[in-house]
Amino acid sequence: MSNINRYAALFEKLANNNEGAFVPFVMLGDPDLETSYKIICTLVDNGADALELGFPYSDPIADGPTIQKASIRALSHHFKTADSFAVIARVRAKYPDVAIGLLLYSNLVFRRGIETFYAEAKQAGVDSILLADVPLREGTPFRTAAEANGIKQILIAPPNANDEDLAAIAKQTQGYTYLLGRAGVTGAEATATTPVHEMVMRLKQNNAAPAVIGFGISTPEHVKAAISAGADGAIAGSATVNIIEKYLDDVPAMLQALGEFVSVMKAATR
Amino acid sequence: MSNKLDSKFGQYGGMYVPELLIPALDQLEQAFIDAQNDPEFQKEFIGLLKDYAGRPTPLTKVRNIVSNPLVTLYLKREDLLHGGAHKTNQVLGQALLTKRMGKTHVIAETGAGQHGTATALACALLGLKARIYMGAKDVERQAPNVFRMRLMGAEVIPVNAGSGTLKDAVNEALRDWSGTYENAHYLLGTAAGPHPFPTIVREFHRMIGEEVREQIIQKEGRLPDSIVACVGGGSNAIGIFADFIDDEQVQLIGVEPAGKGVNTSEHGAAIAKGSSGVLHGAHTYIMQDDDGQIEESYSVSAGLDYPAVGPQHAHLHDIGRAQYVSVTDDEALDAFQLLACKEGIIPALESSHALAHALKMAEAADKETIIVVNLSGRGDKDLDHVNRILKEKGAL
Ligand SMILES: Cc1ncc(COP(=O)(O)O)c(C=O)c1O
Repeated sequence: MSNINRYAALFEKLANNNEGAFVPFVMLGDPDLETSYKIICTLVDNGADALELGFPYSDPIADGPTIQKASIRALSHHFKTADSFAVIARVRAKYPDVAIGLLLYSNLVFRRGIETFYAEAKQAGVDSILLADVPLREGTPFRTAAEANGIKQILIAPPNANDEDLAAIAKQTQGYTYLLGRAGVTGAEATATTPVHEMVMRLKQNNAAPAVIGFGISTPEHVKAAISAGADGAIAGSATVNIIEKYLDDVPAMLQALGEFVSVMKAATR
Repeated sequence: MSNKLDSKFGQYGGMYVPELLIPALDQLEQAFIDAQNDPEFQKEFIGLLKDYAGRPTPLTKVRNIVSNPLVTLYLKREDLLHGGAHKTNQVLGQALLTKRMGKTHVIAETGAGQHGTATALACALLGLKARIYMGAKDVERQAPNVFRMRLMGAEVIPVNAGSGTLKDAVNEALRDWSGTYENAHYLLGTAAGPHPFPTIVREFHRMIGEEVREQIIQKEGRLPDSIVACVGGGSNAIGIFADFIDDEQVQLIGVEPAGKGVNTSEHGAAIAKGSSGVLHGAHTYIMQDDDGQIEESYSVSAGLDYPAVGPQHAHLHDIGRAQYVSVTDDEALDAFQLLACKEGIIPALESSHALAHALKMAEAADKETIIVVNLSGRGDKDLDHVNRILKEKGAL
């Protein structure tokens, strides 16, 4: 595997086309291993520019009910960390160019050993890792392992960060900057309130990697507004997972609805 | 920005929380530092502890439950503190910090309902609005405390997620706080969680040990040989240990809940049977599977039913300064009944774990020994629950 920088290539291509990135988030193993793989393929086939994939976790403190339930569904089938990596490897084999980011909690990494986890992630074809419960000031050991394995360590830029912290976040995040759309936990009910333009300007002043907004993005209007305010992309997590939950007993209808959702959200980035 | 106080205990502790919560934790750390150096704050805190909560609490020598003549056993009577447990100490401190930060709302989690009760009373007194998350299973087994909290004006929110116990209540409280930190303080109830909570909670409970030192010197002319406390998250234990950590001759013993036995899957002995990892913002000993999924703990006592311990206990264990042992449900229930029927004191089920271990030590002692047990709370909240258990066992 070469050291290609899929995020750099993606954002360059999008800039040339004058469009933003649409990045759906889903939970690996939700609702089960095979369907999860099909879901991810559907997302890419319908225009997802990159993927944000969660690892199911028992105690997701940054997640609202929708994503908590996705974790519970995956874990109810004894879906393991090794299964997550196996699904990712299949996705990578099918889609050599799509950027794959992980969003997960630190204990899953600690338990495997930080170095081992990052090495396994690289092996599976992961481009970036964001740890929901590791702030900048605890980040060093993870960053070291990320660099050793050629993985980008993504940091969250929250709207309440002071200038000093925001500058440090901007300097250290790699691949892209996860611009938090609002305070609180994940969920499609509350929409983003972050003053996107102002945050994007503050990040730009610090030469941060492209700003992709997540939390509270669930409609094409949200995407459009974020992109026109200067964001480089938008992530929709709970809104995507809500579709999975809605069609749990009808997988073809689920994939159909997910495909349509991604197409509309992607169209809104143009 | 970096921390002003040390955020780690050896390799343990830290701040494993979303970046979003860092400003709120930094604000709390600063408010705590300022308050510790502010004579007005100290005066108000100490005044409330004394005139409202009833400090100092007595140190009671037991009369009847120890048969070994070599052993003198004392109980530090946190059960007599207003609210019925040690919890009131640090809650008053954090409630004053809440006011100091200009916040109007308080979020708390509770297991046994003792921390919730303490939070509710402090908020009633100081004019703060409290909302308290409590596992649905705990709402059921600690019904009197639920009523107490509601009576004092707190909103009690049952949490059905996960195991419906303390761990899930903490998750829910953290989720709430991540959207409301501007006007709400998360008043964490034990010496766990992200920095600066373990330090703040210890410092606001350290008078327990300071009083023991003064009282035991007065009664015995020397320090005790052993201090025994139960460990849920670890607040009553660290409160009674803190002042003695430098007195190497004083043995410090934490008692974890062995539930139905540490070799079953139903226990809450995170140090004895767990391994290092991250839960609720701290790196510490936790109960987890081979992937790092958190396992559900179990104990007859809701206040000890937690699959982690505070990070300072993890450190004290690793450096050998404190020993951590475990006591089963049945042993705790025996100690509960014994103290009631021989000394006329009904202890909390949590504290009964510490007492049960101290009684084992007393029996085994072959030289003159002074033991102090932190009787962290009273058992009124447990009456229905124990009544039911004893009836099921046919013991009543
Ligand atoms: C009486 C009593 N003791 C002990 C505990 C355990 O907590 P900690 O380990 O923080 O002292 C509780 C918790 O609810 C309690 O109510």
